[in-house]
Amino acid sequence: MSNKERTHLDELEAESIYIMREVVAECERPVMLYSIGKDSSVMLHLALKAFYPEKLPFPLLHIDTTWKFHEMIEFRDRMAKEKGFELLVYSNEEGLKQGINPFDHGSAYTDIMKTQALKQALTKYNFTAAFGGGRRDEEKSRAKERIFSFRNAQQAWDPKNQRPEMWKLYNTQINKGESIRVFPLSNWTEKDIWQYIARENIEIVPLYFAKERPVVYRDGNIIMIDDDRMKERLKPDEKIENKMVRFRTLGCYPLTGGIESTANTLAEIVKETLGAVNSERTSRVIDHEAAGSMERRKREGYF
Amino acid sequence: MKGLLKFITCGSVDDGKSTLIGHMLYDAKLLFADQRQALEMESKVGSRDGKIDYSLLLDGLMAEREQGITIDVAYRYFSTERRSFIVADTPGHEEYTRNMAVGASFAELAVILLDVTKGILPQTRRHALICTLMGIRHFVFVVNKMDIIRYDFKKYDKIEREIRKLAIDLNLDNFKIIPVSATEGDNLTIKSDKMSWYTGGTLLNHLETVDVSEAVSDVDFVLPIQRVCRPNQNFRGFQGEIADGKISVGDEVTVLPNHENAVVKSIFVTDEKVSNAEKGQPVTICLDREIDVSRGSVITKDTELKVSGLITASILWMDDENLVAGKNFFFKLGTKKTTATVMRIKYKLNIYTGEQLAASTLSKNELACCDIALADKIVCDNFKRQKELGSFILIDRVTHMTAACGTVKHSLRRSDNIFWQKTDISREIRAKSLGQNPKTIWFTGLSGAGKSTLANAVEKVLNLQGKHTMLLDGDNVRMGLNSNLGFEEQDRIENIRRIAEVSKLMNDAGLIVLTSFISPYRADRERARQIVGTDDFVEIYVNTPLEVCEQRDVKGLYKKARNGKIPNFTGISSPYEEPKNPEITVDTSKSSLEESVEYIINELKKFLI
Repeated sequence: MSNKERTHLDELEAESIYIMREVVAECERPVMLYSIGKDSSVMLHLALKAFYPEKLPFPLLHIDTTWKFHEMIEFRDRMAKEKGFELLVYSNEEGLKQGINPFDHGSAYTDIMKTQALKQALTKYNFTAAFGGGRRDEEKSRAKERIFSFRNAQQAWDPKNQRPEMWKLYNTQINKGESIRVFPLSNWTEKDIWQYIARENIEIVPLYFAKERPVVYRDGNIIMIDDDRMKERLKPDEKIENKMVRFRTLGCYPLTGGIESTANTLAEIVKETLGAVNSERTSRVIDHEAAGSMERRKREGYF
Repeated sequence: MKGLLKFITCGSVDDGKSTLIGHMLYDAKLLFADQRQALEMESKVGSRDGKIDYSLLLDGLMAEREQGITIDVAYRYFSTERRSFIVADTPGHEEYTRNMAVGASFAELAVILLDVTKGILPQTRRHALICTLMGIRHFVFVVNKMDIIRYDFKKYDKIEREIRKLAIDLNLDNFKIIPVSATEGDNLTIKSDKMSWYTGGTLLNHLETVDVSEAVSDVDFVLPIQRVCRPNQNFRGFQGEIADGKISVGDEVTVLPNHENAVVKSIFVTDEKVSNAEKGQPVTICLDREIDVSRGSVITKDTELKVSGLITASILWMDDENLVAGKNFFFKLGTKKTTATVMRIKYKLNIYTGEQLAASTLSKNELACCDIALADKIVCDNFKRQKELGSFILIDRVTHMTAACGTVKHSLRRSDNIFWQKTDISREIRAKSLGQNPKTIWFTGLSGAGKSTLANAVEKVLNLQGKHTMLLDGDNVRMGLNSNLGFEEQDRIENIRRIAEVSKLMNDAGLIVLTSFISPYRADRERARQIVGTDDFVEIYVNTPLEVCEQRDVKGLYKKARNGKIPNFTGISSPYEEPKNPEITVDTSKSSLEESVEYIINELKKFLI
């Protein structure tokens, strides 16, 4: 290995591993947020490598809105068993009781079932540092966020008062109640993620590969019919069709647009991504709401 | 050549940095279609008459967009067929020097923008200076707005000469100068046909081909340890990223700071067992024998690394509050964290001229050279020789902000004599011979709260119990040891520091020390606690209400303060910060002197055993 020329993927891998080891060495109660997506899969893979031969020295936390693709949940549970990590699953019970759902409640749904649920879970377990799979190339406000991103006792981010981050010297000092979100994949791009998945043979949820799936076209997005809850909510002019589709990002299925594609191997996906005409966030419905919506949600505590 | 190039762009407010990068991405077809569409749409509602405003691609945060300036560092990612790039786009204004330093610390190359109509500005020099201080070795000076001077060679040539002179001044070895127009696209990705006199390549071409790799040392090996990996009884691996050199199984290594030797038994690069590894790789290393290795240790081979407790360093002060010599911080260098005190500001630097100026304080964005004393001996090196072991940050102990970043110039040897002289008769031996557990009992509270009365009474009881004590109060300290100090901020800090140091020495001598000072600021008391040692410090908060103190007014001071005759009088015209977690609290308005003393003596028992 050491005789080979080091590639930019090796550099990114080393940086992420360094960050993870710093967090575990310095932070009292770390946790890794696990969204089951491809970035989470890469982050998990890096963590397993970083601490080898030790088992993961922190649990994984999944915020379950109960609207995830069922294939994601199956994948999550199988991974926990195979990789032997501790898995915590948290849902906002209050929100569930109130019947908050992505169809009727729009952006309130994201706030209650994701942002609030995440805050509740972090508070419940007293986590002082949480790894997230966010990348700076995803969105403009992320492009300016530090790798170690400080959150006050209300878990809010203050973009104007970020701690200077020099060299590899991360400041993990916090007071009681405060916490840090850590983004070990900050400097990875979507292309890097796919190339690394291919190089390391990382298993990802099959939804990323093209397959014939039942979908409807809604407001310019391709939405998959993942269960009966969607069927009940079809609009009069919507017709379920079987289409060859795949997903570039995974989340709550009613909010995740697929793309028509025949790419069903990693090589094809990488090829499609490199020549992609749309950046990946266009297939996330919430990002269209308003310019700067991501920044606003981050200030409020969204990852 | 490295497959990834990290670079920073810096320039003054209107030099067009964001436009430059935006236009380069646009021309090199490195944007996604939706980004391109959004850019074209946003440009229409912007202020530039519907022409594409390339800077919109980079200016991210809402507040910044509204103000039309770049405040924080924004990172951009793109790759061409030849190379992957990460750009740190940083603010140019002096107010944001620290943000620029963040970007510079991350980068291997700096693109410095100049406006050809303005030439070299004081800022240009400041940007280049900060970049060199943060460790950048490769520079590209981009002379922008060539379209405005109609691509005139003479005007350009004059500025090129100025740049060459600057490069000599700042000792820049590797630099390029490229004339461009960021709005028109000349010499960004395509060679301009309007400047036939320019024989060099385009900016993108240079970025794609410049070699910024640093040679891997053939001899030295440096591995700062991040953590110990201990999955079971039989495995003890030391994890970190190799900062320099190469290592193979069977090599003999020295572990610092303890100078213990061992042989490398096995090496893992991530989860793969290998026989050798080199600079930049994340490794886990197992040694052939059990020696003391923990976070902050450095595994080395054939190095002349210094272990020291006192360093001379360049620092960039970044905190809103000024730095005063004597202030204590958390200190992080490599993977080692300890506490440190800035002993002396040797001089500060005029960042426009490079001139050295005398200074007793530093304000935000100032650069200075300081002596720093560390609580532990650490392994460090000159920054130019070893980046990882030559760079550090200072963290404020109360706010936890990163208050400064710095680079090690050299370590000072005499620290061994000043700070760490080993004597045969130890503190423990002295304490034992006196048959007691030395502590510093720190009384704090308003003037007139009853501190001195209580401290006196408590000392009498302790003496009756056969304890050896010493009482420090304003009378015996201000007259002698601290007679040269006034009541300004630096003096106040220094006053408390000296009292704490004397207390510590007396504790070392075996004595139980009682101190009675208003010490109104939490940060000062926190520093005193650090100096004395957390375990040896007992804070007693004499929590008598202000009204009661003012009524007592034994020395008539409150009256004077109310009449404006004493400025900065605690409780009247200057704040008293209550202790957050004092070991003991008493209120002399609620209980008699005897009751208070009895309570304190009882509470002290558990500390003095």
